[in-house]
Amino acid sequence: MNQDFWNQIFGFANYGELLALVKNSIIAGALLGVVGGLIGPFVMTRDLAFAVHGISELSFAGASAALLFGVNVVTGSIAGSLLAALLIGILGAKARERNSIIAVLMPFGLGLGILFLALYKGRSANKFGLLTGQIVSVDNPQLLQLVIISALVIVGLFFVWRPLSFASVDADVARARGLPVTTISIVFMVLLGLATAVSIQIVGALLVLSLLVTPAAAAMRVTASPFLTPLLSVVFAVVSVVGGILLALGGGLPISPYVTTISFLIYIACRLIGGRRGRSGNNGRVVTQMVSRPLKSEVQGL
Amino acid sequence: MSPEKPVLSLRSATLAFGDRELWRNLNLEVRSGEFLAVLGPNGTGKTSLLKTILGQQKLTSGTIEFLGEPVARGSRKIGYIPQQKLIEQGTPLRARDLVAFGVNGHRWGPPISSRSVRTRVDDILRSVGASDYANVPVSTLSGGEQQRVRVGQSIAADPRLLLCDEPLISLDLHHQRQVSELIDEQRKALNTAVVFVTHDVNPILGMVDRVLYLAGGRFRIGTPDEVLRSEVLSYMYDTPVEVIRSRGRIVVLGAPEGYGAHDHLEHHLEGPTA
Repeated sequence: MNQDFWNQIFGFANYGELLALVKNSIIAGALLGVVGGLIGPFVMTRDLAFAVHGISELSFAGASAALLFGVNVVTGSIAGSLLAALLIGILGAKARERNSIIAVLMPFGLGLGILFLALYKGRSANKFGLLTGQIVSVDNPQLLQLVIISALVIVGLFFVWRPLSFASVDADVARARGLPVTTISIVFMVLLGLATAVSIQIVGALLVLSLLVTPAAAAMRVTASPFLTPLLSVVFAVVSVVGGILLALGGGLPISPYVTTISFLIYIACRLIGGRRGRSGNNGRVVTQMVSRPLKSEVQGL
Repeated sequence: MSPEKPVLSLRSATLAFGDRELWRNLNLEVRSGEFLAVLGPNGTGKTSLLKTILGQQKLTSGTIEFLGEPVARGSRKIGYIPQQKLIEQGTPLRARDLVAFGVNGHRWGPPISSRSVRTRVDDILRSVGASDYANVPVSTLSGGEQQRVRVGQSIAADPRLLLCDEPLISLDLHHQRQVSELIDEQRKALNTAVVFVTHDVNPILGMVDRVLYLAGGRFRIGTPDEVLRSEVLSYMYDTPVEVIRSRGRIVVLGAPEGYGAHDHLEHHLEGPTA
């Protein structure tokens, strides 16, 4: 029993043949890692982690509707994502409003999705996959779709990168400099919607955060450089997805627990490293000499 | 004053929201190198004045020109220094990145800075005395250090006008003095005009050329000695107000509640005059 248990979780029989079968998934997974890793730091600095979850539930509703009505699942998923992203972006400019809008949208989307799935008479693996991710489901036309959308997100992100960073940390100053802060934030929500829609195809609606948030959160624990943060975040995300697929392969289990566990472990490691660095006080400051600071009483007496 | 054109000029400028009028027929000219403090309680249109200068808020009537042209959104010749604010831990932003936004933050594209941008950022960091923490995450800087870096950001594009929106708020007295001196230094070095919105004039009293005081729908413009007097403020607040000068500081007593002017009093109760 114990032996079977571990064999199911980490099985490597006929690994070579299986690997050939999931080639598409691995490519899709790696691409997804790049998308998630790049967009994640912005999700964090713009405080949109909860929004990602909300978008993914509506995306799930769109995908299950597509499944029920026999249209392309990726298209359905994108439609749901974009609708949610735009609603959240337009109605929820302020953080508090945003949270309540997301909290209203999320159960509605999930409920709709469950309804469509219950009505769907096809393979039940398809149903479950939308929520918790699937492994061998990526066929060639679907892969092409994922590649195109991912490329769109990556190119879009690179184009808005600098103004988006500026507006994300300092909206007032960015506006004073004439940046179209509101438009930038809507554009970002569209990119986020697309990224969420593609992520759902691999890790499922419930676990999207493990790709769009966890790797970035981990990277931000160990660096504050605007170059290293997205770079590390991409590395962490790609390692999580591809590693997850490779480990999940033998056991025939969903890939999501593997992906989420790897990304979680990376996060823990980064927290530990970041914590140690914080205590040692090494944050890049040049220490030349002790500058004597006037006592408070002296300052007040001036 | 030099005979050159004013940097900023408002003529018969009126701003109203609905039937609430913030100021009417404001005539104001600010010249290169001039330091103008905008004072007054909350809700009298200090921040709206800044927004008008930035082209984000339209006047109800009158005209406003910057360098002889009607104001437009996003002029590169205006530097903007906001309040210090909390930046969340982990935000991928170092002091040098904040300054770099001042150089090229408005340009589309990936965050790759050319050598000339990096050199410029280094020069600016040096000129505001922030080189030692150039690579430190902004989230871990002290309030005074953060404001030093923001002054750097604001001067990055060689502005003709610096707009300061309560940049000293939430700093301790020591850092208030340092940051205001830094702004004054930059004003002199770059001969830029400064419009400085503040609820407390004391940290900048020695630098101010003129004061624009807004209160109760009225305004006064003049040197600090002309404006910050008991009879002037009593007229503006429409109630007896006493302006006390003590050891080079100014305390306003008796400004009515709800005008926000009790800020001054609270501030000085903790200070040496209490």
